Amino acid sequence: MKLSNLTNGIIKENPIFVQLLGMCPTLAVTTSAINGIGMGLATTAVLASSNVAIALLRKFIPAQVRIPAFVVVISTFVTVVGMLMEAFLPALFSSLGLFIPLIVVNCIILARAEAFASKNGVGDSLLDGIGMGLGFTLALVILGSVRELIGNGSLFGAALLGANYQPALIMILPPGGFLALGLLLALYNSYQIKKAK
Amino acid sequence: MENASIFVIMVSAILVNNFVLSRFLGICPFLGVSKQVETAFGMGMAVTFVITLAGTLTYFVHYYLLVPFGLEYLQTAAFILVIASLVQFVEIVLQKMSPTLYQALGVFLPLITTNCAVLGLALLNIQYKFGLVQTIFHSFFAAIGFSLAIVLFAGIREKLETSDVPAPFKGFPIALVTASLMSIAFLGFTGLV
Repeated sequence: MKLSNLTNGIIKENPIFVQLLGMCPTLAVTTSAINGIGMGLATTAVLASSNVAIALLRKFIPAQVRIPAFVVVISTFVTVVGMLMEAFLPALFSSLGLFIPLIVVNCIILARAEAFASKNGVGDSLLDGIGMGLGFTLALVILGSVRELIGNGSLFGAALLGANYQPALIMILPPGGFLALGLLLALYNSYQIKKAK
Repeated sequence: MENASIFVIMVSAILVNNFVLSRFLGICPFLGVSKQVETAFGMGMAVTFVITLAGTLTYFVHYYLLVPFGLEYLQTAAFILVIASLVQFVEIVLQKMSPTLYQALGVFLPLITTNCAVLGLALLNIQYKFGLVQTIFHSFFAAIGFSLAIVLFAGIREKLETSDVPAPFKGFPIALVTASLMSIAFLGFTGLV
């Protein structure tokens, strides 16, 4: 087991900012920081458990049918996570709505199953799943915070900018999602360009 | 939405609730295969074909298989399996029946399994309690909305290729800003239905 498997996903291979995977939930649910955390942690749970299950089963799954087999494993965990959320966090469940079952088709999960868990041991796969999940969560929280702060004048539901602030509603509407992610990526790129000089 | 007429479904699925620009479904192919109008059009057609079939098929799976046996909680798993095998099946049939069409759509087909627009649409059809006819039309028009968005977007991106973009914005960031502006334009349709 190597610790670098855990840290890789958080910054160096961040699934959102570097690999540009899993864009749909990223843009759709980040209208607030809390939604971002909820979606991120739900995805982390699915990612870690499906990575472990696939690493355990990797010797038994024939190569030709591996994709459908992975999808079945992943959708099982998504169903479990969805049911748990519905039971214990009903408010979050209803605000994330359709995007809970859609975790199944999040490309990050299938990509990690195919690229990492099907080739590595259980421990490494667990670390990789948690790392990638946390990287995803981090990106979602940053995006959600930016959009919530500008679009609603609050952070994690607490009003920050005072009553005189005119919220730019556009940021929590769909266009704001594209815009915020575009600007964040540009910021990340300009940092990379500066570092390379 | 339960008793919505076909016309209302059409306007809502193509313009007001455009799959890509207001529902955020199918963003991966929207960003990934939109560098040229031609490939974007091919992707749009492949998605339309698969979504209409998948929407109809999942309707039967839900109401004739899952509901009678009380297995609604298996919805996600059942639908994704139906979609994955449908895509595989379409690929095989196309290869045999119409090699030209396969040439045009072939490369996009495997990508469609993980296109969340397909699963999202199947789930939405059930959520809205649509009947069979409504399901078929909603699936078809939602896919047309997707094709419209991706073709328009590809048209703009072709122009962007040759324009002078600030270095940090090159590639994805400027594409996302473009998508944001398109999405603002589509916001104008809000309230139409």
